[in-house]
Amino acid sequence: MTDITTGNTITFQGPPAVSGGAEARSRGYWAGVARRLRHDRFTLFFLALALLIILGALIAPWLGLPDPFQTSMARRLKPIGFKGHLLGTDELGRDLFSRLVYGGRTSLLLGIVPVVLATLIGGLLGVVAGFFGRGVNMLIMRVMDVFYAFPSVLLAVAISGTLGGGILNGLIALTLVFIPSLCRIAESATVQIRALDYIEAARATGASNWSIIRTHVIGNVLTPVVVYASSLISVAVLLGAGLSFLGLGVEPPTPDWGQMLSSLRQSIYVQPLICALPGLAIFLTSLSFNFISDGLRRAMDVKA
Amino acid sequence: MIGYIIKRMLYIIPVCLGVTAVCFALMYLAPGDPAQALLPPDATPEDAAYLLRLYGFDQPVWVQYGRWVLRAASGDLGVSLQSQRPVFREVMSALGNTAVLSAGAVLLAFVLAFILGTVAAYNIGSRIDQASTTLSITGVSVPNYWLGIVLVIVFAVELGWLPAAGMGSAGSDSFSLTDWAQLRYAILPIITMSVLPLGIIMRSVRASVAEALGQESIQLLRAKGLPPYAILTHAVKNAFPQILAVMGLQFGFLVGGSILVETIFNWPGTGFLLGKAILTRDVPLLQGTILVLSISFVIINLVVDVLQSIFDPRVRRT
Repeated sequence: MTDITTGNTITFQGPPAVSGGAEARSRGYWAGVARRLRHDRFTLFFLALALLIILGALIAPWLGLPDPFQTSMARRLKPIGFKGHLLGTDELGRDLFSRLVYGGRTSLLLGIVPVVLATLIGGLLGVVAGFFGRGVNMLIMRVMDVFYAFPSVLLAVAISGTLGGGILNGLIALTLVFIPSLCRIAESATVQIRALDYIEAARATGASNWSIIRTHVIGNVLTPVVVYASSLISVAVLLGAGLSFLGLGVEPPTPDWGQMLSSLRQSIYVQPLICALPGLAIFLTSLSFNFISDGLRRAMDVKA
Repeated sequence: MIGYIIKRMLYIIPVCLGVTAVCFALMYLAPGDPAQALLPPDATPEDAAYLLRLYGFDQPVWVQYGRWVLRAASGDLGVSLQSQRPVFREVMSALGNTAVLSAGAVLLAFVLAFILGTVAAYNIGSRIDQASTTLSITGVSVPNYWLGIVLVIVFAVELGWLPAAGMGSAGSDSFSLTDWAQLRYAILPIITMSVLPLGIIMRSVRASVAEALGQESIQLLRAKGLPPYAILTHAVKNAFPQILAVMGLQFGFLVGGSILVETIFNWPGTGFLLGKAILTRDVPLLQGTILVLSISFVIINLVVDVLQSIFDPRVRRT
C-alpha cells in the first residue's frame, strides 16, 4: 500500500490478531511497548518537547506574557533580547515570543483536530468497507480513489481556497485530505482480520455484525490506524501552517505560525533572524511529532 | 503486459470523471452562487443574465456538469476574470515552469537519496544507518516554505550570491537551463523543493535495497565471495523499479503541490497561478488550474505504473 502524503510504502507489523481485541491480547504486549518507549531516550526527548509546546499553548493566557495583540509603532522589528521582549518584536511591534506561544494554539489545533476527525471518520468508513465487502466496499473505496487522485497540498488548497479563509474551513479541508489514507489502512486491516477463523466462529455462535465489529475488529484495526495517524500529525502541522501562510486557514490578527511567517517575510532585509523564528516553531513541532510517531512505530513492532 | 497496461489505462477513466466532478463541485462550494462568483464586482444585471444563459446555470446540475466536462475536454476552461485571457492557455504555459522546478528537485533529491540510502542499507543497523534515518525524518519535517525563506536570507540577503525571487529578465517564455543567467534563479527553489522528496526517496531506497540485499540470490553471491561493490550492484538493480516508482510519484506531488515554494520565489508556475487565483477570488482560474494539476497527477501516476510494470514484471501480478 502506498501512503498518500509521503508516497512511501506502508508496511505494518502490528500485534498478532487475537480474539477478543485489546484486553485479551494480554498486558504483555502493551507493557512491552511502554518498556521499549521508556528506554528510547531520543523519542522521549521529542515527546517532552512536543508536550512543552502543547502545554505552552494550553496555558498561554496564564503565563504572564505580554499582550500578543499590543502593537507599537515605536518598537517595530526589534532584535532578540530587546528590553522586555525575549525574542524581539514583529513588524507591528508585537511581542514575538508571546505571539509564538499563542500561535501554537491555532497551529496545533490545525495539526491535531483534523487528524483525530479523519481517524474517526476514515477509520469507520474503512472498517465498514472492509467488513461488509462487495458493493459497500466498492462504493466507499472508489470514492476514496477519486480523492487519492489529488496531491494532498493541492486538495487542501483547493478546498480551503474555494471555501475561503478561516480556521473552520481549514479544519474541514485538512480533515477531507486525511480521510482517504486512513480509510485505506482501516479497510486493509479489516479485510485481513475478517478472513480469520475466529470471526467465522463468532458468526457461528450467532453474534451480530455490529457486535463482531465492536469486540473483534475495532481492537485489532486500532493499532495500525493509530500508528499511521500519529505520523499524519506532523504532515497536518506543516499543511495547516502552509494554508495560513497562503492567507487561508487562520486569519490575522489571530497569531498563527504560518501566518506570522508570511507577514514577517516582508522584513527579511531588516531583521532576518526574527523572520525565521515562526518557521522554526513549525519545524520543531513537526519534527517532534515525526520522531514520536517513528518511536511509537518501532516500540509497537513485535518483531523487535 | 499489454493486458495490464490497457486495464490500468481504462482505470483512469472513472478516476478522471471523479476528479472532474470534484473540480466542478468546487464552484458550488464557493460562497455565493456560481454565477456571482464568475462575475467581476462591477457587472451589470444584464451581464449577469447573459452569463446565466451562457454557462447554463439555469439548467439542472447534471446538465451543467456534462457541458462543463465536454468544454474542458476540448480545452475550454473559461476566461480568467483578472487577465481576461483563456484559462487553459495560462495554465499550460505555467505548467512548463512548474515542471522545470519539479524535475530539477526530484533529480537532485534522487542523486543524494540514492547515495545515502544505499550506504544506509548496506550498513543496516549501524550508526550510519541511524543517522540517515534521522536525516530522512528531518527532511520530511521541514516546512519547505520556511526553508525557502531561510535560503533566501542566507544566499540572497546576506551573501548576495543568488537572486531572491523571480525567473530572470527574459521571463517565462524562453527559460533555458543552459543559460547561467537564468539557471541561477532556479537554484534556490529547486533546493527548497528537493528536501521533502529527498527524505521520502531515501527511506524508500534504504528499504528496497535492504530488502534486495536480504534475498537468497544475493546471499549466494556473498557466499561466492563477490566484493561488496559487485553485490551492491545486483541489489540496486533489483531495487530500482521500486525506487523509480517512488520518484515518479514524488514528481507528481511536487507538480501538484508547488504553490508554497512558487509563492515564496515568485516563480511563474501553476502554484503561483493558483495563489493568485485564490487571492483575487478568480474562480475560473482557480477551478481550471486545479483541474489541470489533478489530471496531470493522474497521468503521471499512470505513466509511473506502466513504466514500473515494464521494468518489474512482479508488479503486474497484484
